[in-house]
Amino acid sequence: MENIVIIGNGISGITTARHIRKLSDKKITIISAESDYFFSRTALMYVYMGHMKFEHTQPYENWFWKKNRINLVNDYVKSVDHENKELVLKKGATIPYDKLVIATGSKPNKFGWPGQDLDGVYGMYSKQDLLGIEKNAPDNKKCKRAVIVGGGLIGIEMAEMLRSREIPVTFLVREKSFWNGVLPEGESQLINEHILDHHIDLRLDTNLEEIISDKKGYAKAVRTDKGDIIDCDLVGLTAGVTPNIDFLKGSGIELGRGVKVNRYLETNIEDIYAIGDCAEQHEGIGKRRPIEAVWYTGRMMGETLAQTICDNKTKYSPGHWFNSAKFLDIEYQTYGWVNSERNLPEYEQHFHWRHTSENICITISYEKETKEFLGINTFGIRMRHEIFDRWLTEKRDLNYVLEHLKDANFDPEFYKKNENSIVSKFNSEFNTTISPKKKSWKRIFSKA
Amino acid sequence: MKTIQNIGLVIFLIGLAIFTVLPLSGTFKLEQSSFNSIIAEKNIKSEVFIQNIENNIVGKELSGMQSLSPLVKDALNNANETHVKNKEYGKKIYTSSSDMATAIGKKSGIGFIAKNKGIVWFLTFGLGIIGALMFILPNAILLGKKGIKNDGVYHGKDTNRGWIAWMVFIFLVSFYLVLYFASEYATNWTFAVDPISESLSGNPAGHWFVYGFMYCIVMSVMAVRMYIKYRHNMYQVVRTTSVLFFQIVFAFLIPEIMVRLQMPYYDFKNAFPLDYDFFFQWNLKSLLNSGGIGLFILVWGIVLTLVFVPVMVYFFGKRWYCSWVCGCGGLAETLGDPYRQHSSKSLFSWKVERWLIHGVLLFALIMTGLTLYSFFAETSTVLGIKTSSIQNLYSLLIGSIFAGVIGTGFYPIFGNRVWCRFGCPLAAYLGFVQRFKSRFRITTNGGQCISCGNCSTYCEQGIDVRSYAQKGENIVRSSCVGCGVCSAVCPRGVLKLENGPEEGRINPTEVLLGNDVDLMELVNKK
Repeated sequence: MENIVIIGNGISGITTARHIRKLSDKKITIISAESDYFFSRTALMYVYMGHMKFEHTQPYENWFWKKNRINLVNDYVKSVDHENKELVLKKGATIPYDKLVIATGSKPNKFGWPGQDLDGVYGMYSKQDLLGIEKNAPDNKKCKRAVIVGGGLIGIEMAEMLRSREIPVTFLVREKSFWNGVLPEGESQLINEHILDHHIDLRLDTNLEEIISDKKGYAKAVRTDKGDIIDCDLVGLTAGVTPNIDFLKGSGIELGRGVKVNRYLETNIEDIYAIGDCAEQHEGIGKRRPIEAVWYTGRMMGETLAQTICDNKTKYSPGHWFNSAKFLDIEYQTYGWVNSERNLPEYEQHFHWRHTSENICITISYEKETKEFLGINTFGIRMRHEIFDRWLTEKRDLNYVLEHLKDANFDPEFYKKNENSIVSKFNSEFNTTISPKKKSWKRIFSKA
Repeated sequence: MKTIQNIGLVIFLIGLAIFTVLPLSGTFKLEQSSFNSIIAEKNIKSEVFIQNIENNIVGKELSGMQSLSPLVKDALNNANETHVKNKEYGKKIYTSSSDMATAIGKKSGIGFIAKNKGIVWFLTFGLGIIGALMFILPNAILLGKKGIKNDGVYHGKDTNRGWIAWMVFIFLVSFYLVLYFASEYATNWTFAVDPISESLSGNPAGHWFVYGFMYCIVMSVMAVRMYIKYRHNMYQVVRTTSVLFFQIVFAFLIPEIMVRLQMPYYDFKNAFPLDYDFFFQWNLKSLLNSGGIGLFILVWGIVLTLVFVPVMVYFFGKRWYCSWVCGCGGLAETLGDPYRQHSSKSLFSWKVERWLIHGVLLFALIMTGLTLYSFFAETSTVLGIKTSSIQNLYSLLIGSIFAGVIGTGFYPIFGNRVWCRFGCPLAAYLGFVQRFKSRFRITTNGGQCISCGNCSTYCEQGIDVRSYAQKGENIVRSSCVGCGVCSAVCPRGVLKLENGPEEGRINPTEVLLGNDVDLMELVNKK
């Protein structure tokens, strides 16, 4: 019986294991030092906020693993010996493998800031981070102010977490507007306003220079490149993530920023694969980046690799790009590509609509000449994944998308609909006379 | 704002404290004339009982029901023992001692409580309402911007099974025990709502009127809380308005007004088998003796269960009943909302659920079968089993203990839908329709799920919503009551309750949308 060993029990590793089990009887072992059981990393914030308990972040009950003969080992892999096909673990044991899957995820970026390893400095990535933040920032008496460094998705989540316990938060963002490397200007502006509405001290265009220590080696303040010194009791480092692969240095496995893999998720060494956040494609697939630290891509790589391991060699071919996030109270979804001004290709143009009073807006991107629909960002409106995926495949044009926009709406029943307002703005900008069609179940469920 | 809340809390607690000591307060003095009317009303033939009561109770001032009730009980037991011994079965009294004490207590209240009904109402219900609203309304500002407000749910002593939750548990269980098994202790409460009852039905209030009135008050106040908490979510706002309307108008006002009009007391939305005594002999007789309206109710009750309810479930799912109309659901969605996260999501609970709820349905059907057989065959026993003892067993175990004491009393510990999930026979019936023949489903939005678990945590019916969503599968479960909270709490816009074509409603997937199209086709087709 073939012996499959997976390092890392995040979404990528677990998805691989589940699918291998569905397809075969192979022996499966998963090694993790972070937690005994798989949990959803994206939900850690809700544990701190009191929406859930840690056990609720575990998608499978504890008996699931034994029942499915998935062997769980709580240990840390020190090194990989691919010549003897075995792993050396921190607690001393060695584990042999026939096929090895590296799914070790990411770790928070640290850019060599002075004081970056002091006590009281945390990323917001692992279970251990959560426990540390809980210990050092249980309330606003013990933690009188927190400073968060890095304006991305994790940064804003960490700000939301701390604000839920009424801890004052200063949010240092390198960019001139929040996440404007990804979001177009109008949307980035909407989020800036929303952050301020939540009483978060947002400091745009500001970099961290130094984290200042007290006598006990504990972070007590930060200094910014504007010369400000901000007293604080907790520092959050959320300036992106980087593959968690230090233990592979010198192992013979080809590394770049991540573990280098081909389209079959194979490394340079036979029978060793890498998936998820820690995998780096030799070249980005389509318009994707070579490293994609996204929940969904981790899962998709897992689904794909399980096929390959079970003798149905399958190329990793992610479909149309999609993603989602939540900025405090504002939900965000994206389908296809909508680039920010910073990365805007010459052929891409945008149509933007924003609600007059609510935090709702959308941006549709299209090809300048052909008016082909390229992608959509929505804020405060839910949209159907399936519909946009289909429209992207069918290369629909802008007019078609606007005309059928009601088919794509995924808001709960009785919500106020905005399609008429969106289309009327579009008509006045584009000199068209589109009238939105009524939602049609037939179109929604037709498999084109 | 916080100060207003704290003052409100104190006022509420004062009202609650007065309400809680009422059962043991007050003075009772039974006049001979009142007793005579009870003797006539209850058709009491036992001179032993009459003598005993006249010697020990009539004309005496007793303080508190705890003094009166044991005397009545002794007198009753004593009389019945005597008659059984002397084989004077015609004199035996079949009214329970609790009911007898209730009847005597109601007619013999004197002193402050019985004389100042308005003031007592204000000191209990009035203070409770004012205090609760002062506590709830400031949240419109304190909770901040519109959005999901679950911060600290698992930190609170009230919402995380802390000591407050246990106090609420003890209070609710005790309240239901009084209501079902010691109604004489509710006498002082009935005095407080007498004026309201008289203005509606023309009769003084009994303990069931207290319950019905309180039910409406509690739901209304807690609906205000729902409106504030979910003010961004129109589905919740509309749904809450609907349950509130059906409770106040259909369950409370219409039946009381019907009594005033000499019609049978009937809740037009309460469908069999939840309304388990609809086919009981006394009800059938009462309906058949009430002329046109009685006959209409009889036909309506049957059509409601056999036609109207399943057809509506086909089009809208069982939510139209369970979380838009039903009174049990209404209380669960208002008073119970702070506790929705406590339903167990384990596979084991699901197994227990299926055995229990279908067992209750079977029990209800068998009982009704026996009842109807006895009714038409004009016999009181079937195969040597007394129909009435089966009915009494059902009323006690299911109607009182399961639906009341456990169903509501256990809110703070096991969540707000214990009855609806594990016990309600109507829910079991609607569940079959919803599972096998309905347009309703919760659609999962392609591959957008991040397995965070908010949906499962806040599912009051204990459905592990995430286990479907993370596989890209729609949720089609018989137990789903369509409260819509999974969709509300989802941070990624993954879930939507909707009614659509039956085809493709159940969509097993393994590889989710967003991955390689060929791979999806290959794997999902298998």
